[in-house]
Amino acid sequence: MTRRAERSLPASSAVAHAAPRAPAATATAAGKSEIETVVRQVVASLRGDLNATDLSLYDELEGLARFIQSARSEIAALRPDEIRHKHLPSATDELDAIVVHTAEATGAILDAAEQIEAATATLPAENGRAIQERVTRIYEACNFQDITGQRITKIVKTLKQIENKVEALVAAFGDEVARERARGKESAVPAATPSDADLLNGPQLPTTANSQADIDALFDKL
Amino acid sequence: MSVDLKMPVLIVDDYKTMLRIVHNLLKQIGFENVEEATDGGAALQKLRDRNFGLVISDWNMEPMTGLQLLKEVRSDIKLKGVPFIMITAESKTENVVAAKAAGVNNYIVKPFNAATLKQKLVTVLGDF
Repeated sequence: MTRRAERSLPASSAVAHAAPRAPAATATAAGKSEIETVVRQVVASLRGDLNATDLSLYDELEGLARFIQSARSEIAALRPDEIRHKHLPSATDELDAIVVHTAEATGAILDAAEQIEAATATLPAENGRAIQERVTRIYEACNFQDITGQRITKIVKTLKQIENKVEALVAAFGDEVARERARGKESAVPAATPSDADLLNGPQLPTTANSQADIDALFDKL
Repeated sequence: MSVDLKMPVLIVDDYKTMLRIVHNLLKQIGFENVEEATDGGAALQKLRDRNFGLVISDWNMEPMTGLQLLKEVRSDIKLKGVPFIMITAESKTENVVAAKAAGVNNYIVKPFNAATLKQKLVTVLGDF
């Protein structure tokens, strides 16, 4: 088949004929930009006897291929794998910890309120009523824990959806993301002394936090 | 007709804190016989085991939602007449419409206060 005849075929046929895929490329193509692959293959199929229109089209396609490659590199540089594996799970854990801590605090407040309410039985009626009214306000205020929990659950669900989208992104840009990860490891030189910003991490999660006893032991060692 | 404050009342919520709050408020109002369930399935079992005079249920529960519990109650020949109040953070119009269509007797939006709870109890059960 001549080049001319080849170019008169539908694009998919030309592509299939022009550039048989290597096994490695085939394996990753499903997760990569099909558009970029097609553009490259069409460009490859156009090499040969080109007229001015062909050359113009060739330039446009090459520009498009460069643009797609640049966009892929930029997205990979954002390290979507880190967002998925580090930032999102961390945010979810922090939110779960908020729910646990507010539930514990609310439980403690209710314990105290119930004990106060029980004690009103020993007081003169007027004083007992006045205190009971305040206890009722405490019960009402403790509604917040349920509402807070439900709102946080909604946020966690949203984060989960974002995580799924990022996962799809990581799958599509697998090679570039892996290269960026390797580059990040190479350039990550630990600072001799952590900066002020490095030291501001907020409250630690119960599973990873040092206890007061841990801190005391560490403090005594230093 | 005054309300029998000795009648069993079932409160259903998967948040133990809310069960405790509603339980305490009902006790303050004067109800002496309050039982709790943490999900719709357990609530249905309790309702079938004993005659309750009132159900107060959350909506947002798993696996059975408060709305599903309400529909189960209304479709059960022995339970369909039990007064049912929904206490929920779901405040959209479509929620209220769906609950009403399913046969709820009243609807309380969280966060709520003791006065609102008492007012709805009076609306559903009568003065006490």
